[in-house]
Amino acid sequence: MSTSIEEIEEMARKCRVEIVKMVYRAQAGHPGGSLSEIDLISALYATRMRIRPDEPKWADRDRFILSKGHASPGMYAVLAEMGFISHEDLKSYRVLGGVCQGHVDSKWCPGVDFSAGSLGMGLSFGMGCAIAARLDNSERRAFVMIGDGEMQEGSVWEAAMAAAHHELGNLKVILDRNRIQNDDFCEEQMRMFDVPAKWRSFGWNVKEIDGHNMTEVMEGLDFLEAEENSNGPSILIAHTIKGGGISYMENNPSFHGAAPNDEQYKQAMIELGEVEA
Amino acid sequence: MTRMAATRDGYGQALLDLASNPKVVVLEADLGKSTKSLHFRKAYPARTVSCGIGEQNMLLVGAGLASAGYIPFASTFAIFTERAFEQMRNGVARPNLPVHLCGSHGGTHTGTDGSSAQSIEDLAIFRTLPNVVVMHPCDDVSTRVLTMQLPALGKPSYMRTARNKTPVLYDGREDEIQIGKGIVLQEGSDVAIIACGVLVSEALKAAETLAAKGVKACVVDMHTLKPLDGDLIDRLVAQCGAVVTAEDHNIIGGLGGAVAEHLVSNQPAPLERVGVPDRFGESGQADEMLEVMKLSAPHIAAAAQKAIQRK
Repeated sequence: MSTSIEEIEEMARKCRVEIVKMVYRAQAGHPGGSLSEIDLISALYATRMRIRPDEPKWADRDRFILSKGHASPGMYAVLAEMGFISHEDLKSYRVLGGVCQGHVDSKWCPGVDFSAGSLGMGLSFGMGCAIAARLDNSERRAFVMIGDGEMQEGSVWEAAMAAAHHELGNLKVILDRNRIQNDDFCEEQMRMFDVPAKWRSFGWNVKEIDGHNMTEVMEGLDFLEAEENSNGPSILIAHTIKGGGISYMENNPSFHGAAPNDEQYKQAMIELGEVEA
Repeated sequence: MTRMAATRDGYGQALLDLASNPKVVVLEADLGKSTKSLHFRKAYPARTVSCGIGEQNMLLVGAGLASAGYIPFASTFAIFTERAFEQMRNGVARPNLPVHLCGSHGGTHTGTDGSSAQSIEDLAIFRTLPNVVVMHPCDDVSTRVLTMQLPALGKPSYMRTARNKTPVLYDGREDEIQIGKGIVLQEGSDVAIIACGVLVSEALKAAETLAAKGVKACVVDMHTLKPLDGDLIDRLVAQCGAVVTAEDHNIIGGLGGAVAEHLVSNQPAPLERVGVPDRFGESGQADEMLEVMKLSAPHIAAAAQKAIQRK
């Protein structure tokens, strides 16, 4: 892949603009988790995913499962950048009959492999995709993005145990470790203790990165794809900032699921370089 | 002498028979010996996925496999399928992925394991899910035939099987069995007894008792609760004018509920529902449980007399 770091960073910037616009237009949605994940998803799609935007159901495509399906604006923005949907489609976010349903939905949106919206489900679904690829003798991979609050769902650990048991080297997880969930900071809601140790003890390959440093993001994706990590499932723990890139949203639990007002919208566009102050 | 067999054995045999389809895969949650998927596992280990004691994960692994063109058959006890209800709802039914879930050991007929293992809600809860076909066959032959029809269905399903043996009714009658079509086992003109699962043979016994009293009861095996065979029910109402339902399931929401919903929206008729009287079970032998829960043939016959009186 010849895409440069600068090009991916610019793609992520444009996606941030679309995220804010989508949530602002709808006056609802989840900007915080969309902004924390966006550098990771942008890099993944721009440089790793084996996909055909003009043939979204291509059987041998890599799968991407956004398990934290509420952070859909981030994924929609990337799908538009990649050409699965149009930028015009982004205006249908949360609108009746829209391609961009509130939570990512494979029935409505080309390029969406998993209908999400209920936390704790995507990793299991990705495990099924990985087993199917193995049965097909296919090289395709299943990438799953989960959230850190989501790890409080018990079924995540059912899947974590089962995926390691079945040595699913084609299952690659990215953890968006943004430290905030719906009501509050994760540490206030449910202390997580040593997250990397938890995954290691479940039999996973583990690496930690700064999820907003594009050089580290690329190293992290290299780790997920590395041949030496094909012995079993791997997880990239990406330390991110909820609301990352918009000053007043950063590390602010209020913007897990709230839209900016007119003034805040203008400020966001200034901070993202879309308009001059 | 009537052959006796458990419906779960029909399920296990069907999986083996389906194995020639390379897309068929089997998912287990540590109960393959009980649900009878173990025969498939032994013969086709590469196409069998152990999910450990993790039903929620199992349903969604099935969804992932189905999304890639596989036809997953997942089984556990009926009671534990309920634990994965939301996975079935959001991960399987909503995207309409053809995952076939089998809950064995359903109903109070399960017996001595007691109330924690006696699912009396499964048919009701899965019936509420759009896209999901719900079945409760009465013998091993119909269980095998209905299971064999699932790969062509193209949508998800839930099937309850039973732990204990019941009389086999369909030896040599495989061609009569079709998903969504109730089977008239005995014609009659005074009352229609619509039953499913382990109570079908009890309904036939009740019809014998009624016949001795001059009452002509029609007996129907309604093995598919959803989609419900409404055309057949309409005919039964026109023919008999009174209806009884019989099921080893809570009286709320199962076969009786489904038939009642159909009657009130079409041609109403007196309906008596035989079912678990909105209470939990206890340890006991299968036949004892049918008595304790007032589900056995005498109770069905009494319900038939009551329905006829209400005409």
